[in-house]
Amino acid sequence: MNRLRFWFLLPAWLWLALLFLAPLAIVCVYSLLSRGTYGGVELPWTWESYRRLIDPLYGTILLRSIAISAAATAICLVMGFPLALFIARATRRKSLYLHLVILPFWTSFLVRTYAWMFLLRDTGLVNTALIGLGVLREPLPLLYNDGAVLLGLVYGFLPFMVLPLYATLERMDPALLEAAADLGARPWATLFRVVVPLANPGIWAGTLLVFIPCLGAYLTPDLLGGGKSVMVGNLVQNQFTNARDWPFGSAVSLILMLFTLAALAAFYRRAPKELL
Amino acid sequence: MKRGLAIYAAAAYLFLHLPLATLVLFSFNASRFTLWEGFSLRWYQAVFTDAEMADAMWNSVIIAIVSTIISTVAGTLAAYALWKRSSRLLSGSLYLSLVTPEIVTGISLLAFFQWTFRWLGWHLGLHTVILAHVSFSIAYVAIVVAARLRTFDASLEEAAMDLGATEWRAFRRVTLPAISPGVIAAGLLALTISFDDYVITSLVAGVDSTTLPMVIYAMARRGANPSINAISALIVVIFGAVILISERLREA
Repeated sequence: MNRLRFWFLLPAWLWLALLFLAPLAIVCVYSLLSRGTYGGVELPWTWESYRRLIDPLYGTILLRSIAISAAATAICLVMGFPLALFIARATRRKSLYLHLVILPFWTSFLVRTYAWMFLLRDTGLVNTALIGLGVLREPLPLLYNDGAVLLGLVYGFLPFMVLPLYATLERMDPALLEAAADLGARPWATLFRVVVPLANPGIWAGTLLVFIPCLGAYLTPDLLGGGKSVMVGNLVQNQFTNARDWPFGSAVSLILMLFTLAALAAFYRRAPKELL
Repeated sequence: MKRGLAIYAAAAYLFLHLPLATLVLFSFNASRFTLWEGFSLRWYQAVFTDAEMADAMWNSVIIAIVSTIISTVAGTLAAYALWKRSSRLLSGSLYLSLVTPEIVTGISLLAFFQWTFRWLGWHLGLHTVILAHVSFSIAYVAIVVAARLRTFDASLEEAAMDLGATEWRAFRRVTLPAISPGVIAAGLLALTISFDDYVITSLVAGVDSTTLPMVIYAMARRGANPSINAISALIVVIFGAVILISERLREA
């Protein structure tokens, strides 16, 4: 196997080493260089980009990203749990219900984000309908704010929460619910003292799968937040395109990577591997 | 309790499907505005006669097909080799590529291409987009194929080798046919991911390699235009079909 194994692993290794790991290494190097006049980087070596990260302006953006991601994860959990419970407890058409969750998720992410622009903008469906019905005179500013970003993230990643929750709830023995009821537990008590604790591994797995992509989100805050709602991803992009400060953009990227890996490490231990 | 759960589930499914459904519905609207004025195919006509859109569509198709072929081969071979004997380094790198935010992958590839091209005198273009797409699809392919391999009985391959087949022949004639539904499902997944990508693509595309998501993004930024609804509707339907096939194959 050893000779064959070499050739089997070669393409994947070549690609990952040259076009994933080497570029990351270059970002590490760039973050320690000076800013070039027309983009790019120049010597000398400097810690300047990391020093700038301490600026409250950028600290705020990082904290905002964490707060928005945490809020989106919490909303996904609250919204996703009953849905996962419904699918797990369904006696018929379980596979259909499951596919109905997966299908919109695999549709183009860009199209799904655009769908909310179509609904929420000043001339969008919601405002047009409300004005047409006489509820409003002026369109409500529904798009280009934190609420729209949060909505877009929840919509985008809800299936990531539902699937692991479903997987744990599905394995739950229904006899436990009967036992709780026989012992006099009311439905809500059964839910919070039997079902939720049993779903704990699924909750951690779902939290990991939602929080991490939210933290690095770029497209959702860009399209639904406009220029106002900036997350770390937008800061990175902006440094590489408009601001042309590649060293600082690289430093911000690495901080984002660091937080992503920290979140991964925090949740990974609690989430069973087969759910990820 | 059960009844309440069913009502909630219906509402949740509406939340998941209504935005896309209205988007598709209004792609058939005769009016330019978000007021229903009757059925029309004018926006589909606009999409199909738009030269910019046709170019972008063509670019996206080429990129998706080429990158899918490469990533499916590389990902399948890697998954098979890792199934035989694990390698923490390679699986670690694969998972890392999966959790790295797209924007970070994008700017790191941009920095890498700028840096190497300065020495080689190359430019950004379709080829850089294809290189980038392969590097982020390999992990997806490897994971789907690995899941399929876990259900495959390794003793079948051993039997083939006991009967005198070489390792390559045993892989080619026994294992590969058995896992082929998983391989095709992985390929279809890679196809949709490549076709849909905006963030990484927009950073590494050259002037002549605009893709469909880049056109949609630019139009969405410019403001309301029902042509986006029409192209979105086409994408929703085609993606939906591809994913349903892929799911069926994965379960097969």
